[in-house]
This record gives sequence, C-alpha cells and structure tokens, in this order.
Amino acid sequence: MKIRRTRAAVVPALLALALVAAACGSDDDTGGDTSAPADSTAPGATAAEGGSAAPASTGAVDTVGFIFVGPKDDFGYNQAAYAGSEAVKSAFGDLTVLQAENVPETAESEAVMQDMIDKGADLIFATSFGHLEFAENLAAKNPDVVFVHQGGLETEPKLDNMGTYFGTVYEPVYTAGIAAGQVSKTGKLGYVYAFPIPQTLANINAFTLGAQSVNPDIETIAVSTGSWCDPALQAQAAQTLIDEGADVITQHQDCTKTIVEAAEAAGVYSVGYHADASALAPTGWITGSEWDWTALYTDIVQTLIDGKFAASPYNGDYRVGLQTGDNPFIQSAFGKMVTPETIALIDAAKESFTAGGSPFTGPVVNQDGDTVWAEGETPTYADIEQMDFFVNGVTGSTS
Amino acid sequence: MLEAVLTGAVAGGTSILFPVVGETFTERSGVINLGTEGSMLAGALTAYIVGIESGSVWLGALAGAVAGAALALVHAFMVLTRGANQIATGLVVTFLGIGLTALFGQDYVGQGVNAFAAVPIPVLSDIPFIGPILFNHDPLTYIAIISGPLAWLVLFRTRFGLMVRAAGERPEVLVAYGMSATQIRYLATVLGGSLAGIGGAQLSTAFTLNWSENMTVGRGFVAVSLVIFAAWDPLKAIIGAYLFSGAIALQLQLQARGTDVSQYLLQAVPYLTVIVILAALSRHRAHDAPESLSRVF
Repeated sequence: MKIRRTRAAVVPALLALALVAAACGSDDDTGGDTSAPADSTAPGATAAEGGSAAPASTGAVDTVGFIFVGPKDDFGYNQAAYAGSEAVKSAFGDLTVLQAENVPETAESEAVMQDMIDKGADLIFATSFGHLEFAENLAAKNPDVVFVHQGGLETEPKLDNMGTYFGTVYEPVYTAGIAAGQVSKTGKLGYVYAFPIPQTLANINAFTLGAQSVNPDIETIAVSTGSWCDPALQAQAAQTLIDEGADVITQHQDCTKTIVEAAEAAGVYSVGYHADASALAPTGWITGSEWDWTALYTDIVQTLIDGKFAASPYNGDYRVGLQTGDNPFIQSAFGKMVTPETIALIDAAKESFTAGGSPFTGPVVNQDGDTVWAEGETPTYADIEQMDFFVNGVTGSTS
Repeated sequence: MLEAVLTGAVAGGTSILFPVVGETFTERSGVINLGTEGSMLAGALTAYIVGIESGSVWLGALAGAVAGAALALVHAFMVLTRGANQIATGLVVTFLGIGLTALFGQDYVGQGVNAFAAVPIPVLSDIPFIGPILFNHDPLTYIAIISGPLAWLVLFRTRFGLMVRAAGERPEVLVAYGMSATQIRYLATVLGGSLAGIGGAQLSTAFTLNWSENMTVGRGFVAVSLVIFAAWDPLKAIIGAYLFSGAIALQLQLQARGTDVSQYLLQAVPYLTVIVILAALSRHRAHDAPESLSRVF
C-alpha cells in the first residue's frame, strides 16, 4: 500500500521535472561568462563596415556591456548579436566591451547587468526578449547608465536612459515567401515555430502573403514546438509537415540546423532563418533571412558618445525597416531555383517597402475571413507588433 | 495519418527507448539514476564529436556509450560507495552533464555532422504500412527495437540477469552466496548509463543531425518515468517509448490539420498520456517494483 502511494507521487514528479527541463531551455548554464576581454583594442578589421568613420573618441563613455540569452555560437540569434558586439569592439578602439553569454531571462540577468555597472558600464545592450523587465528595473535605479533592449516594447514610465530597438524581421521573410511561392509545386508551405507571439505570427503571415502574391492558392501549415530549441521535436515537426504535403519548409526557431537537414534529406526545399544555412542544403536552399547588427549597434554607441541619446529615436521604441533605414535583418543568398523574374519581383517588393509600403498593406484577411487591414491601408510598425491572428491561407491555431 | 503517426513514433522514440531499457537494468538492481538525462547529453555530444573527428558514426556511437557510462559511474560511486542520496545525486549528475556538454560542445554548434543514414531492410521495407513504420530507419533504431527482447532475455533467462534482480529484490541473498550486491549495482548502473549514451548518440547523429546545448530537453527524465510505466519490463519499455513519441507525432499531426485545440494543450498530450496510463495501471503494478527501490523513496 505504502509503496504504491509513494510511487504514484514519484511519477508525476518525474514528468514535472521533464517539463521543467524542457522549459528551461538553454538556461541551465547560468554561470554567465562575464569577461572583460583583454583584446578590446583588436585590430579594426571590421571597423569599416561599422558605418562610423575610424575608431571614434569615446569621451565619457568608456565601457559597454552586452548580455546574450544563449551561447555566442548558436548558429543563430545569439551568434548574430555577439557578432554585433564584436563589431562595436572593432569600431571603437578604446572602448571596453563586456560580454556575457547564457544569461537567463530571470532576475539573474539583473545581477549580471549590475555586475557590468559595477565594472563601469555606461551602456548595456540586453539582447533577448525576456531581459526587458530586468533592464527596466536597473534603468530606474541607475539614471546614469543607458539601457537598450532588443526586441521589446518599453513599459510605463518611459525613462530618459532606456530604449528598445529591433529590425522589421518580417520584411525579408515576406520576400523569402515570394521565392517560396514561386518554387513550391504542391502549393503547401510548412512553418515550424516556437510560440504564438506577435513576432512569430507576423513572420508566418508575411511569408504566406509573400507566397500568395505570386500564387494566390498557397497554403501555409504552421506547427509549433513550444520551444526555441528542441531538435527532436523539430525533426518530428518537419516530418509531419512533409507528410502533409509541404514542399518548402521554413522555421522560426533559435537553433535551425535540424529542420534544414530534415528538409534536404526528404528532398524538399528550405528557407532559412537567423543564419545562412545554404551549405546544409545544397540542392534545396531557396533563401533565408539573417541578422547584421553592425550598423545599428555602432550607431547606438556613437549616439551615446555624442551625448545625444535622450533626443534620439533610440530613447523609445525604435524599429528599423526599409521604410526608415537599413534593416538589420537581411536576405540570405538565393538558390539556383529562384528565377530572375522572381528576384525582380522581390526587388520591387523591397522598393515598395522603402517607399512606405509594408508586407501587410491591405487587404489583409484573417483565418476567419474578417478584414483586418482594408485595401490600401498600411499598418504601422507598432500595429504589426500587436499581431494576434493568422492570415487566410494559414492552417494552425494562435491559441 | 496513422502510418505517419506510427512512423514518427518509431523515428522519434528510439532515443528514449535506449535509456528506458538501460534504466530498467539500473532500477532492477535497486538504483534509481536521474542522471540518465545527463548521460544522454554526454552521449549525444561525444558521438557527435567523435563521429566528425574519426569519420566513423559507429565509433561515435561507441564513444557516446562510454561517455554515458562515465557519468553513470559518477552516480554509482556517489550513491553506492559514498552512500549519497540517490535522487539528489542523480539530479546533480544531470546538471553536471548539461554544464560539461554545453562547455565542450560550443565549437560544434551548427557544425556539419557525420550521420547515420537510413538503411531500408530489403523486402520487409516494401510491405505496405508495416514497411515504412518499422523497416526504413537508421541502424540504431533496429538495434533499439531488438534491445527490448534482448534485455528481457538477459534479465530473466541469464545468470547475470538473476543477480541483477536479486540485487534489487533481496540483496541479502546475494551476500549469502558470497557475492556483492554493490558490484552488481555498479555494473547495472554503468550499463544503464551506456545505453542512455547510445540513445543520445541516436538523437544527435541519426535523428536530428544536430548538436545544441541541452538538446535532450527532458527526455532522460521521461525515460526514467517510462521505466515505471513499463513495470520494469524491457518488452513493455518499447511500448512506453513509442507511445510517448507517438503522442508527440499525433499532436503535431493534429496541429498540421488545423485542429482547433490550444497548442499548449496539444503539447502536453504526450505527458498526459503517460500520466493517465500510469494512473490506470499503478494499482496492478505495485508488486512489480524491485523491493530495494522502495527504500530510495
């Protein structure tokens, strides 16, 4: 009797452990490798692409910190952000750059950032979505230190030493969708994503609308894994999409290799995300989107050095897309199957975005057939960041 | 749809089946090893690295087994020689595995892989329905399926199996025969860890073709609970592992077909399946537990 009862308790406990481990993601290595690199005066090999001329004088600003939620070499989001921080290091010769990897989206991130402040940081880049509230906490307590957050939206009260920035990720995703729509023979595209948050929904919708612009009957099947990186689930999800007839597979995940490999092995096409994975899919690679933070990071640092942060767009929710400047989210190289006609269509789409258009310029109709944005209506970046629906043509649930 | 779900069940369940069979040995001897998760990760990374560096996937899988066994040896030493708490030690071993693999795996994230290819079995793979489900996989999957009956034979039809069960049920009998229950438990724990390591190897070099930090995401813990589901029977372990993985395949299929059910609920289906079946069966399973295990709790 006793044995049975204790065992009944043990099993749910084990499963709970499994769920916790699943939820923790990469957060377990919580050490936070905060190190002031000795080579902060590295040769300015990449300084030229920094957009700022020659190593600048740093005046009162002498230390900048960066925190990353994952490892610096995840072949994706964190690697790109890390590369941006390295570009800052190269662009500003006498600046000390502090970098901390694997900083979880918990109060621990506050401790890591506090440590950077203690080491003299004047500016901190908090580069993951969940770092926002901790950056804001510290911003309130440290009016002399500037915090910029990647991907979030500021909450009230808005502070003079706080801001957010991001690229409009869905622009190159829309143009990748144009290529996918041209390449697909089955008319079905497969999308593996993590969670139904506005950023992922906007990408899935943009991809679908891009594809529909060349083939109105295109359907996108969207499957979520409930994780930013669970390779086994990714492999099963990719297989499910292929079984359902999708012949182009794309994704919104942090680690991207498994899905690209699975698509290539199954002989279907893939569209990448976060990193150029064309080497993994020599026959099936259509295109993808990847980050290049160099220009934006260096400009934020330069703005602070010039003493102009408080008056700049960075002291707010700054979103940069083709409409407002150089989108840090850029298109990866195209595969051979993408025809010159399609590339011309993609260039035309980019021009229309630069001229004030958007992938979501109406008519945009949701899954239920309701019109969200009417003919000719262009939502603002802020509207798009509130997105909570799938467009018509997407199979999947937003709840 | 059924064929797709069942094929997905076998493809995705193999990496769990190995540790379930391994942990069955361990628990039969009276030791619970929550470090199974860590052993899987150690196996996944080691197989990935050795597979790339040596050019041999088989050498990689073997190295994965050794790495999984090495972590299990740490667990065995702590609990059997030092008398540490089994649950706490297992968790620490898992976190050790997560930390070490994150550290040593850094350079291999996103790297090319030397992967096991699918080997369709002639004739059998052409059978409609059954063929694609069972006979069109990587070699490790076939080995996993065979490992269930093989483990059953070893446990119930060999002298070694008898000693393992004796260590778990009546260690004093072993002592009376002049043998050491501790030695048997060491062996069973290390064997369990090596199988968990092979499971990890299958995950990284045959199924996902990827190494990323903490890539098992709890599958080792699922394996430990499936041992109880399978009532410490390696044959039923096959059903348990493939049921769990089949539930994952099913929830993905339901999502892909636009089922209007919350995806969060669907994602919980594999775990709920295991809990519900355990709850239904536990009344009949109480007497199946190795006697010594009850002392752990």
